Amino acid sequence: MLIGLAAVIFALSLIELVTGADDLASSGTLRAAMVATVPIALAGLGGLWSERAGVVNIGLEGMMILGTYGAGLLGYHYGGWAGVAGAIVLGMLGGLIHAVATVVFGVDHIISGVAVNIIALGATQYLAGLTFSGLPGGGQTQSPRLGSVGSITIDPLSDGLGNLEQRDIFFVSEVAALLRALVTNMSWLVILAVLLFVATYFALWRTTFGLRLRSCGESPASAESLGVDVLRYKFVAVLVSGGLAGLAGGFLALVASSTYRDGQTGGRGYIGLAAMIFGNWRPTGLLAGSALFGYTETLGLRQGGTSVRALLLVLAVLLVVLAVWLWRRSRYAAGGIAVVVAILVGGLYFTIDAVPGDFTRMTPYVATLLVLALASQRLRMPAADGQIYRRGSVG
Amino acid sequence: MSPRTARLVLGVAAPLLALVAAFAITSLVLLLAGDPVGLVWSTILSVPEPRNIANIINSATVLYLSGLAVAVGFRMNLFNIGVDGQYRIAAFAAAVVAGEGWLPGALNVVLTVAAAVLVGAAWAGIAGVLRATRGVSEVISTIMLNFISTSLVAYFLRRVAVREEGSNIVATREIPGSSRIPGIPLGSGPGAEVYGFVVVAVLAGIGYWFLLNRTRFGFDLRATGQSATAAVASGINVKRMTVAAMLVSGGVAGLVGLPILFGDAYSYGSTFQSGLGFAGIAIALLGRNHPVGIALGALLFAFLDEQSNPLQILADVSPDIVAITQGVIVLTVVISYEVVRRYRLRLEQQQVAQQLAEQVPA
Repeated sequence: MLIGLAAVIFALSLIELVTGADDLASSGTLRAAMVATVPIALAGLGGLWSERAGVVNIGLEGMMILGTYGAGLLGYHYGGWAGVAGAIVLGMLGGLIHAVATVVFGVDHIISGVAVNIIALGATQYLAGLTFSGLPGGGQTQSPRLGSVGSITIDPLSDGLGNLEQRDIFFVSEVAALLRALVTNMSWLVILAVLLFVATYFALWRTTFGLRLRSCGESPASAESLGVDVLRYKFVAVLVSGGLAGLAGGFLALVASSTYRDGQTGGRGYIGLAAMIFGNWRPTGLLAGSALFGYTETLGLRQGGTSVRALLLVLAVLLVVLAVWLWRRSRYAAGGIAVVVAILVGGLYFTIDAVPGDFTRMTPYVATLLVLALASQRLRMPAADGQIYRRGSVG
Repeated sequence: MSPRTARLVLGVAAPLLALVAAFAITSLVLLLAGDPVGLVWSTILSVPEPRNIANIINSATVLYLSGLAVAVGFRMNLFNIGVDGQYRIAAFAAAVVAGEGWLPGALNVVLTVAAAVLVGAAWAGIAGVLRATRGVSEVISTIMLNFISTSLVAYFLRRVAVREEGSNIVATREIPGSSRIPGIPLGSGPGAEVYGFVVVAVLAGIGYWFLLNRTRFGFDLRATGQSATAAVASGINVKRMTVAAMLVSGGVAGLVGLPILFGDAYSYGSTFQSGLGFAGIAIALLGRNHPVGIALGALLFAFLDEQSNPLQILADVSPDIVAITQGVIVLTVVISYEVVRRYRLRLEQQQVAQQLAEQVPA
């Protein structure tokens, strides 16, 4: 994984050199990308827990919204870490609704997820209007300023790396920028998120509990025949999923900004799902996918025009590579299409100076579509994902 | 009671049970929040005036079209969550076409409707093609297309918009008077007019029923939705059906914005109503994908929306409470249908066991 990371940094340095877009790998961009990645990654992690147990969770967005509200409510009255707890609890509440509907009543998972999204949105808007109006700095659609969760900065390292970054040496400066982003103003929640990823990997792939949970998602009938309480594992998995999505929302309210705001989630629950699919339902792939989406979203916001324009060149190059690969496999028509699109994109790169604001804002969504379109065929989801399971269905 | 009356009673019981449960849960939320439950319900359940009735029918028209669009997808087991993006981009295209007025009068209306249907279908078709060729889940692709359409429309609106003097709203050119559809007056009083487009909505409902139940295409669509393997065995090209179903769904979604465009707003601006797509999902679920059921669901949701407007003034309660009710209704309807189905199954098993026991010679 480190080699992959090094390769990406190298590629970014090359692009910066070629296109002159100098904000692609600065420490500011990388730190903002990290802050953008965490909510998507946590939401995707929630989706992973749920889908590995066989329950499709489209309601992640709703649970995230509940999390932002929970963080807003408790974070204002009792401080930052209470906000974190509030976010997790409220996210779990959303998970509880989804769990009861799908596991106990056997409702179709996607219908239940959509319903949870509708309920969560309505409930949050109603409760936010109720609890935040009249507070100083608060109102119908936003909360007052919330308590902070704290962050750490390793000053000597940060300054030294900052110097190295300014020198603008090819590749070395970008690595310095990455390291600097890691040691400057690193919020404790980011560290918590990383720990959760490691914990998830160990819990699901190195413990008996995890094995049983995953078996519920692959073949619940087999699991039940061995004595596993399938419904309880699914229930717990969906609750954990809700908690993680809530935490993602809490991160948005506490770290990415400093208030609860209506519409804060902006579809990140769904992007998290896409990241999970892209990562083939594994934590490492999920992290890579989330980083991709977080990075493109950040680029879209900072100096959007020039950075996204640089990405156009990358896209054109990748398309040419894809075309060559297709031709070598004798798929001439598809290769031809790839070349044509590459020429169009490349032409676009050379004719415009900067991508207009509206298009930079859609970068993460277009990236999601492209990634899913290209990668979906080689992925394998848990075999019994989305299956409605009734106790005693064995035999 | 005879099996037929039992089935009838159970058929009605499910949605009733759902509504009662939803109202109970909403009341619980109101109680916990300390809001006056009785006053809220008396305001919502009060008899509406002609003006309110017209508003309800108008909202229901729009919601009905949205529900139909989603239902076409549901019948094929496709979740078209993208109705929201489809109708907005289609309404924008329609507003531009109508405003330009290339054809006179009524022909302009026909051209506009055609443009809306085509654009909506094309936007949904992207998701359909991705699903058919690359296996991309249409749930996520349609949601992504929603967000993309928001940005796309904003960009093009800036390019083609006409700013009226003295107003801050950026909108397309207004539709010429000859192309506006007149409203149907409903009793006396101001504003008691129903959109003329309600006729098209009713026709769309009839068309939906006819397409799905009386044509070969509809049969193929329903068959694929119920069992893809059986459909393949009977010679249906599932990939083509997927794309076709998404195209039809998107085409109907394109109609969603037209009642407002022709009857009220006359142009597409940055304040054009949004969020109608998600309400459509709830209504399609509520109506069980049946054209009459969707109509009743649309009327119910429109009724709740309209009657909750004065809540802020009369009871100092945020009107968002009905959003909770609507979401809970979606869940309770599906849960109650499941509960009733299991009950009916148990009843049948008991009846069969009884009949078999009687047949055994003593």
